[in-house]
Order: sequence, then C-alpha cells, then structure tokens
Amino acid sequence: MYTVDYSKPQEPRLAEAEDGARLAAFDARVAADDFIEPKDWMPEAYRKTLIRQISQHAHSEVVGMLPEGNWLTRAPSLRRKAILLAKIQDEGGHGLYLYSAAETLGVTREELIEALHAGRAKYSTIFNYPTITWADIGAIGWLVDGAAIMNQVALQRTSYGPYARAMVRICKEESFHQRQGYEAMMVLANGTAAQQRMAQDALNRWWWPSLMMFGPPDDSSPNSAQSIRWRIKRETNDELRQRFIDATVPQAEALGLSIPDPELKWNEATQHYDFGPIDWEEFYAVVRGEGPTAKDRLQARIDAWEDNAWVREAALAHAEKQATKQAA
Amino acid sequence: MAQTLALSPAELALRLGDDALILSHRLCEWCGRAPTLEVDLALSNIGLDLLGQAQFFLNYAGELDGNGRDADKLAYHREEHEFKNSLLAEQPNGDFARTMVRQFFFSAWQLLRFQELAASPDGTLAAIAAKALKEIAYHVQFAAEWVVRLGDGTAESKRRVAEGVIWSWRFVDELFTGEDAALRPAWEARVQATLAQAGLELPAPVRGITGGREGRHSEHLGHLLAEMQYVQRCHPNAQW
Amino acid sequence: MKNITPIWEVFVRAKNGLSHRHVGSVHAADARGAVEAARDVYTRRMEGVSLWVVPSNAITASDPGEAAALFAPAEDKIYRHPTFYVVPDNVKHI
Repeated sequence: MYTVDYSKPQEPRLAEAEDGARLAAFDARVAADDFIEPKDWMPEAYRKTLIRQISQHAHSEVVGMLPEGNWLTRAPSLRRKAILLAKIQDEGGHGLYLYSAAETLGVTREELIEALHAGRAKYSTIFNYPTITWADIGAIGWLVDGAAIMNQVALQRTSYGPYARAMVRICKEESFHQRQGYEAMMVLANGTAAQQRMAQDALNRWWWPSLMMFGPPDDSSPNSAQSIRWRIKRETNDELRQRFIDATVPQAEALGLSIPDPELKWNEATQHYDFGPIDWEEFYAVVRGEGPTAKDRLQARIDAWEDNAWVREAALAHAEKQATKQAA
Repeated sequence: MAQTLALSPAELALRLGDDALILSHRLCEWCGRAPTLEVDLALSNIGLDLLGQAQFFLNYAGELDGNGRDADKLAYHREEHEFKNSLLAEQPNGDFARTMVRQFFFSAWQLLRFQELAASPDGTLAAIAAKALKEIAYHVQFAAEWVVRLGDGTAESKRRVAEGVIWSWRFVDELFTGEDAALRPAWEARVQATLAQAGLELPAPVRGITGGREGRHSEHLGHLLAEMQYVQRCHPNAQW
Repeated sequence: MKNITPIWEVFVRAKNGLSHRHVGSVHAADARGAVEAARDVYTRRMEGVSLWVVPSNAITASDPGEAAALFAPAEDKIYRHPTFYVVPDNVKHI
C-alpha cells in the first residue's frame, strides 16, 4: 500500500466553509459505498477512528501469536506442530498487512508499536486469557478464529480501501484457521476420556470470552453508530454475535460437547438462539488490562521489541554504510 | 570414499531427520519474539521447511527400521540418547546473532551434505535431499546475509555475532566426522567468504565437542525433549 | 523519530505472462532484505514467480484533487473505442 507524504501542511485555502462542502462530498461517497483511498481528503475523526481500529486489529493479531505460541513447542504431533506454526505465522502476516494499512494514514508502525507498549493502545480482550491445555489450541481455532472471521468477512467491504484490501487477503488466508481448530477439537472429542474432558473444559473457558470478542452490546457501544455511518464497521456488535452463536451451537452439538450456558435455547419465533447474560463487568476489567495474562502478554511483546532493538539498529547501520559506499 | 558405506540409510535418515526436527523446534521458540514481524515470518518459514524434512526422513527411518514406527513415534517416544542429531542443532537460541550463526553454519553444511545425498543410490534419500536443497539454498542465503548485516552493523552487533561464531564453532568438527570430512574445505571456504564480508575471521581451530551422533548430547537436549514430548507422554496411545 | 526501518512496496508476478501487481508493503533496512521479506510475507501460498520491491518514498502519486483534470477529459473520446464504428454484419475479421 503506497504511503503518501502526509507531513505536507494543509493548504491555507482550506477554509471551514470548504471543509463543510468536502465533508458532504465525503459522506456522499461513503454512503454510495465508494472506497476512500489514502490520498483522498477525509475528516480527521475518520482518519483517527481508522488508525485506532486498524492498529487495534494489528496489535490483536500480533499479541494473538503468544497464547498459541505457548503450545507450539508442546504440540502433540508433527502434523499439528506444522499446522500451528503455519497458522501463527499467518497471524504475524496479518498483523503486518494491517500495520501497512494503518501506515497509509500517516502513522509509522514504530509509533503504533510504541503506543501498544506504553499501554495507550488496546488489543482484543480474548488474548488475555491463558492457554492451559492443548485443547485450548483447538478451541481458539474453532471459537476465536470463528468469531474473528464473522467480523472480518464484514470488513472486506469497509470504506477505507487499504483496510478492505488487507481484510480480503486476511479472510482468504484465514479460511483454514477455523477448520484446523475444529478438526483438532473433533479428534479430542472422539478421543480418550481425558481428551474429552480436556475438550469440554476448553469450551467452558473460551465460550464466554469468545462472545465478548464482538464488543459491548449495541446500546452501550459509543463508537458504533458513527463507525457504521462511515462504513468502517459494516454490522453491529450484537448482529455479529448472534450470527456467531447461531453458527456455533450446531458445531458444538456435532462434537458432542455442551455450551456452558443453561439459558441457551432455540427460539422458533426469532429463528435465533436465545442466550444467557454476558458478564460485561469481566469484559471491562479485561479491557482495562486486568485479564489473567495481560501483563505477561504485553511484557513478552515489549521484550521482543526492546531486546532486539540492536538487531534493527544494526541492519539500518549496515544499509547506511552500503549506501555510502555505493555513493562514493 | 570407502567410508560412505559405513553409514546405513536407516542411520543416515535418523541423523538427518533428528537434525531437522531439533533445529526446527529451536526456531519455533522464536515464534512471536523476533526482532521484526518480517523476521518472525522468515524464521517460521525456515522452521516449517525443516519440520517437513524431519517428517520425510523420520518416516523413512522408521520404515527401514522395521519396527512399525512413524515419524511421530520416533520424535515423541525416544529418549535422549536415542537421538542422533548434531550438537549444533540443539544449541539454545541465545540472541538473534547466535541463532543466525548457528543457522548459517548448519545450513551451509546441510547444503553440501544434501548435494551429495541427492546423488545417493538410495532413491528415497536422494529424493528427499533434492526437494530440500531448494529450501536450504534460501536458508544459507538468508542466514549469511544476517551474519553480514550484524558483523558490519554496529559495534554491539559485531560483538554479538563474533560471540555467536565462537559459541557455535566448537560444534563444527562434529559435522565433518567420518564420511563428511571431505566436505569441510568447501564449507570453510563458504563460511570464510561470508565472515570476511562481515568483517570477521574464521576462528582458530578448537578442540571440537562431539557426541550427538552417538547419542551423547549436551544438557540442553533433555529439556527440549521434556517440553516437546510432554503431551504425548502424558497420554500414551492417544490420537491428536 | 530515530530508527525507522524503511517501507518497501511489494509487487508480485503471479505467473509468467502477467505483469507485476501491487500486493502490499514490508519493512526492511535494505533492498535484499526487502525482497526476502516480500518472499516470506507475500508468497507463502505460491502466489508468485517474481517480485519487485520499490522504496515507498520513491513513488510519486497523482493528486486526487486533480482527478477530474487528469481523467475526465478521456470520458468523451468515444471514438477511441471500436464499438464507435459501424461495420456491416457481412464484413468479417475486422
């Protein structure tokens, strides 16, 4: 994605009245499902919202490598190990595509990473839960990737071109992620008694946090309405959550596992599943950084970045020396 | 070389399979922790290549061995002394410089070894080697370029990569024992050329540490296996 | 900010016979590193047979504000398209 010189000062003739006209033109383009591209004029709030959302998404991909990486060196077969390594590698790639998309908005990847490390940027709450058994790897693929796909499929038509293109690529690559997770769960669910227990326990622990991944309910989601108007989001949190539940319940039944929600019930009238209340207090606590592994995750990222700073510096120094040599 | 016959295809497959298995495991330890996302993805790619090689070699080793063991059985249900990988492959990652030097030394050896293997009368080994050679050529290139960047980069990176060379150098002799001795001059030429570009010198000969090929390993391998084999050992006979 | 690793735009040729197409970007200190990063990031699923990397800051892009001036004048030059011309049905190969 081409990065553009955003350091260029805004032209002085950009009077407020003209801003109004530009804003109207911008709104009309977005309403007509036109894509906005990096050099196009855009309202500052749109740019800021995009940077926040895309970088949050990027951070989630990168932090999300850690809970799965926790089992990479203990993967129980060489086939599972290769699958998991390829999957985690994809997550890293997705983080990279998303940072690239954010960079077209005039921020650097380095700035975004520093914001994450300083605690100024968020990432998905789901990655602040621990992966305790191998079954958690199956559950993450099945549930967490399943929930992510619901979101990401919708985002392929998001209004910002580079973000939409990144999502298209990501969705294409992610298609195997959920399937491999489900397959891993299936083997456990059909396995020994200990494996079955492991699978049910993983579902018990990951079910509710997966539902929370879609964010707070629509009536208490402050940014949702504007984001939908701007086509940055295409569907509301509650719509996506319901779709996920409707899709996932039969999958759990096929595994012979039970969803840990006594109130879960098919509703003939709405043609959807009704479900029990989500513990939003827990969600907000995890958002605040109080999740069980929040400190470990962030520290791991900080260590990776800081302990290896000398590598990045060395590469730059070498490149500079080469350039000087070539110029001479 | 008369000595070439000394090593049976089964033993050779086991050695080469264990090398790839153990080194790929080390690269897995970098996952999510590399200097940049780009490097993270690159190390995963090398790890995946090696893991694929390990599966081919170990499945073949199991086949020849006739006890009905497949690659998983060999990877997860052997004890330390039964592993025949080189000591270099099992060395801890250390910092990025040490990891890159280890990779460069190993891949440069692998490249020469596999070029010979590709002409082996054993069709299976030859086929595995021929496929792997394309992967290895990239590994050598990638690692060598990093050795040069680090050697030429800053005072700190130069110090670190020089330490990495010293760390790994002790395990080089083992790669060139027996029939592989003939490969050493070509290997040294390749290594020397890269080190020269990096502003480093080929270290003076040291008393090599050996034993991996006979199953006498460093303290590090046991910990690696404890982690790698944990789930399988906890749940014998389970499918995954 | 110090120590910003340069950005490179990545172009992939999916197969011979097709032109290189922009797919995204990578960070790398030098050109060789950029090619390798592009290989590891954008061709993991056999997406390409050839790569170009170009420093991002070497690209000059047209200004969207000029889009009308640059591209609208082409709109009414319909005589540039073959369908503008009427040829009798019984005349072939034209």
